Amino acid sequence: MLILDNKLKLAAFAAFCMTLASGALAGKPDPWLRPERAPEPADNRATPERVALGKALFFDPRLSGSDWISCASCHNPSLGWSDGLTTGIGDGMKRLKRATPTIVNAGFQPVLMWDGRHSSLEGQALGPIQADLEMNQDLPGLIKKLSAIDGYRVMFDRAYPGEGIAGPTIGKALASYERTVLSTESPFDRWRKGDERAVSASAKRGFELFDGKANCTACHQGFNFTDNGFHNIGIKGSTDVGRFEHRKVAVLKGAFKTPTLRDIALTAPYMHNGAYRTLEEVVEHYDRGGDATDNLDPEMKPLKLSAQEKADLVEFMKTLTGAPMNVVLPQLPN
Amino acid sequence: MRKSPLAAVLLLCMSAVLAQSSEHVVSQKGKAFSTKSLKVKVGDSVSFRNDDPFFHNIFSLSKGNEFDLGSYPQGQSRKALFSREGTFEVECAIHPEMKMIVQVEKK
Repeated sequence: MLILDNKLKLAAFAAFCMTLASGALAGKPDPWLRPERAPEPADNRATPERVALGKALFFDPRLSGSDWISCASCHNPSLGWSDGLTTGIGDGMKRLKRATPTIVNAGFQPVLMWDGRHSSLEGQALGPIQADLEMNQDLPGLIKKLSAIDGYRVMFDRAYPGEGIAGPTIGKALASYERTVLSTESPFDRWRKGDERAVSASAKRGFELFDGKANCTACHQGFNFTDNGFHNIGIKGSTDVGRFEHRKVAVLKGAFKTPTLRDIALTAPYMHNGAYRTLEEVVEHYDRGGDATDNLDPEMKPLKLSAQEKADLVEFMKTLTGAPMNVVLPQLPN
Repeated sequence: MRKSPLAAVLLLCMSAVLAQSSEHVVSQKGKAFSTKSLKVKVGDSVSFRNDDPFFHNIFSLSKGNEFDLGSYPQGQSRKALFSREGTFEVECAIHPEMKMIVQVEKK
């Protein structure tokens, strides 16, 4: 009787432990799945009015000095919120030195731009507007332009009562809209949620390589597939110092921010200077361990991948692309 | 020859100061320092240990205590000496979210 009692107690204890363990696991979010919303600063919580204003501003070419370039000219939703170009084109059709990064999931990024020069979407949004080479629009001129448009006066009043049409409110509204530009559920996400048929066997092998032999997760970590960090990956012929321009630390010479891999199939060409047109070329680059060896990131080493392994990696990366976000273009205020 | 006794006294004083210096350990795990702030005394050193499975590169550009420990992998530690009073920001160059403050006080 005593033995039976002890056995029962042991079984009950084991069941209790299992319940605890499963509860802990169930409560822990999958680090590979995107949180529902991007974090917002306390002084710029999203409201429908703020998002609507930001959307109008994002698609309005009058935000540029030429009245011809909008944020969406380069961050085009039809092209994965990028432009499909090797490097961007700015004011006066001048070529820029870096590729246009997608803004998908930008709301999750603690530092923005290839060189990380901005640490908030609110601040970043005003950068390209004022940059001579990009939208070439000075802020006082923009405030004057927007203030002369009745529809914008009403929209700013509703979105930011009492704050007026000013640099901070323009930045806040644009940031509020950009935080709504999120990756959609991809085959990879469905697989993580338990649908074994959502991705192919090749893609599953690719993920194992990505998080193993190929060492991609040294930099491409978590649901947004970025460490929000800076690395020199040895792009041939690049003379751009990247992050070093803003942080004079030796390792940052030629280092650029790790881009997200979400919607990667929509955002070619790849790398800070658009060096590669296909994911196959990208995988070959990493398999070689990079090309330029000057100040090369120590994580970069030849991978010695087989042809099948390279194909598996590409197959996996393609599963990170969901259906494009449905965007209805706004009617701009007049 | 005359300078020798003076040098010996100086050496003795320096040894005494060094003997009083402490070494603090701060680890880096999950792209975060084990503490957000640390108080040390002038002459103390801080050993930054990398417990992440990828490289870190600890540095400070704060005037008076600039240093760059270079990139180093999991399992390695590198030391920075704090020889001046003040408040200094320490960061990882690779992962800009990693920031901490070292407050250096008089001995």
